Amino acid sequence: MQKTSSFAGQIADARKPASGKAKFMIAALVVLAAVVYLIVSSTRATAQYFLTVEELQARKSDLVGRSVRISGAVLGESIRYDSQDMLLRFTVVHIPGRQKEIDAQGGLAAVLHAAVGDAGLPRLSVVYRGVKPDLLKNEAQAIISGRLEEDGVFYADELLLKCPSRYEEALPEQPGG
Amino acid sequence: MLIYLGFGALVIALLTALFGVVAAVYATRSGGKAANWLESARRSMVISFPLLTVALLCLAALLALGDFQVQFVYSVTSRAMPLHLKVSALWGGQAGSLLFWCWLLAAFLLAAAQRTWAQEQDMLPYMVIVGQITLAFFLGLIILIENPFARFWLLPNGEQVAAVFQPRVALPLLPPDGRGLNPLLRHPGMILHPPMLYLGFVAYVIPFALAVAALITGRSDDAWIRAARRWVLIAWLFLSLGLILGARWAYDVLGWGGYWGWDPVEIAALMPWLSSTAFLHSMVIQERRGLFKRWNVVLIIITYALVILGTFLTRSGVLSSVHAFAQSAIGPLFFAFIAAVLMISLGLLLWRWNALRAEGEVHSLLSREAFFLFNNFLFMGVLAVCLWGVLFPLVSELIGGQRITVGPPFYERAIAPLFGALMFLMAAAPLSAWKRSTFRSLAGTGWKPAVASLFVPAVSLVFGVRNPVALIGLWLAGMVVIFSLYEYGRAVVLRRRRTGQRWITALWTLAGSNRRRYGGYIIHLGMALMALGIIGIELFQAETQGTLAQGESLRLRDYNITYRSLAVFDTSDLRYVVRAAIGVEKDGVLLGELHPRVDYYYDSEQQVTVPAVRATLLDDLYVVLVDWEPISLQAATFKVYDNPLVSWLWIGALVFVVGVMVALWPQKDEEG
Repeated sequence: MQKTSSFAGQIADARKPASGKAKFMIAALVVLAAVVYLIVSSTRATAQYFLTVEELQARKSDLVGRSVRISGAVLGESIRYDSQDMLLRFTVVHIPGRQKEIDAQGGLAAVLHAAVGDAGLPRLSVVYRGVKPDLLKNEAQAIISGRLEEDGVFYADELLLKCPSRYEEALPEQPGG
Repeated sequence: MLIYLGFGALVIALLTALFGVVAAVYATRSGGKAANWLESARRSMVISFPLLTVALLCLAALLALGDFQVQFVYSVTSRAMPLHLKVSALWGGQAGSLLFWCWLLAAFLLAAAQRTWAQEQDMLPYMVIVGQITLAFFLGLIILIENPFARFWLLPNGEQVAAVFQPRVALPLLPPDGRGLNPLLRHPGMILHPPMLYLGFVAYVIPFALAVAALITGRSDDAWIRAARRWVLIAWLFLSLGLILGARWAYDVLGWGGYWGWDPVEIAALMPWLSSTAFLHSMVIQERRGLFKRWNVVLIIITYALVILGTFLTRSGVLSSVHAFAQSAIGPLFFAFIAAVLMISLGLLLWRWNALRAEGEVHSLLSREAFFLFNNFLFMGVLAVCLWGVLFPLVSELIGGQRITVGPPFYERAIAPLFGALMFLMAAAPLSAWKRSTFRSLAGTGWKPAVASLFVPAVSLVFGVRNPVALIGLWLAGMVVIFSLYEYGRAVVLRRRRTGQRWITALWTLAGSNRRRYGGYIIHLGMALMALGIIGIELFQAETQGTLAQGESLRLRDYNITYRSLAVFDTSDLRYVVRAAIGVEKDGVLLGELHPRVDYYYDSEQQVTVPAVRATLLDDLYVVLVDWEPISLQAATFKVYDNPLVSWLWIGALVFVVGVMVALWPQKDEEG
């Protein structure tokens, strides 16, 4: 038998039949525990509620100041951009959060179009400081991370925009030519 | 005509694929005629490719000719687009990209049919079955649901429909112009990114088919691994290229000074890369030691399932936002297919469980195979983080009724330590020996490079780096570079002593003598350089912004940026361009002029902000034109980023690709 004096070597040499596996099981458990810890702690530290405008306003009292993510339809006429201090203001209109409801109403493009034209739906003012995104325009879907403050304005840290109507529409708007 | 030709070729290709499956099944059953059936099955893989080439060429011709009655042509091209963009719009929409996917798969099946199956003759029928079922599934989707050849028709009641064949009493509907390709996609990186990603995805079908064939035939040797090895490397190369090109495109086009956003679609492309990277390492153990046989099968099944999932998530290519993809009838079909794949292949694995017993065991925690094992644990850990991030919103909604999401900070926080551990393994593993390795033997070979690597954080401290995460990251990256070079250098010295070759010859013949090993070191080197770039931009990015009148300046670190002028003009491809000229000075020395601009596309009514970048090995100056005084052009607003070391991300990627090429290069006396 090879003579070794290292810790691992001693274990390897002195092992009972199963101990070779046991130490790998322990190593695997250590890695597993580390991965689980990283996932759990990172989720706790960074997870955000994903809400509709209606849900956010209904639960305003317990959500003020907390980091959440919301989805809504961009109201084109409300977009104001002050390039001097890069302050962007716009309004989003409530759209349903569940895919099933969106599908039932004819798909995302139809939902966004209807939302912008419906004055009865809840609306939310958004403020963002930064570069104005190219895709910020009427009837775009905005997915926004940020905080709702006491003044009822949503202060955004991150904007993500989708324009399904532009590229997903199956048929031309004006027939013939 | 092109429509009927293309659609006809698609239908025949589907029938051929189904015939191939039937023939392959007969090849495994009937005694006397089995060889004939097998040859028929093999030929079905040969014929799919020319058939799909016809279909693809038809669609490409329709795009080039601008036949806007075809729904797909209408939705991704316009008259004003140059020819090369019209043709590459083939993968700009989902119907075309699915056809393109099938065409690539057919190409790989053709290549698989041409290889000599002398030693694995019994595996060939199952290879055909898996390959052709996959092809038939996607062709079925194209023909029944996402048909790229569907045309617009106008019904008498004024309703518009899309169909290949003319409905009764309907009139053709010919829009005057198409919608045009999303302007964000009109970039060289975006022309190449989807095909590379798809090549990567598709090539994994072959190793999976080989694994399934090995399970069914009950071969417990490493025949399937040896046959699959080169395919996995090719797939891995293309997938890596696809990911890198996507990152480069984001950096050049999206204008937020980043390269990766942890978007679910990006993660969908990353996940098969993670599982197959684990496979590339653990398959070496099976070849060398006959261990991890079951685990390797599991890894290749996971990779294949993730590839199908990734195709589903990315099938529409990158659309309006970073990645918007529409929900459609395809969703449930994809999930049913993935579920069937998992159930059948894992069922086969359980059936062969005992035959795949390991031929030995891992003894020492510090042996080479143990390091490979930890590498696999860590890659699976990163994969688990990614899966959790993608699934958590759905799970939270199912359980609590409230949707909770995680964003980039979640991934960065959870994955950074795991990548750090992987970097450490990358440095240490090449020094360890197979079977038995002790702490003393490792320390004996490793102490010199370990001490040398401390030089990296020391120098960083001197240069004012105080962030502990950055110091650890730089140290680990430096460790990988130094250990890899050390290991390489040591081998060159030994070889030179043994053979008396000159330095350069020794270096060259060494890489040639064990291409996978030394290719692997080059890949590690590339990864370390990429890590350097990532640390630079993630931890040391600086930004500023401001509105400048002509002649005014903005400062960022050592740079001085002066707004000179603004030009406004139209281009021949129907863009309205606003282009700023800014002077860049560093420490009072004029370095040159940058031209950030904004393109407004008339056809799609969309604007694209194109940043200007001045790249050096030390840092990138990245300038975005945010806004301007519309008529007088006297003032403009800029956002400026300084991204240290980010060039090393791209240089590292090139080194990485060279490494994979070395590992792929054919070698006469293959050794492990």
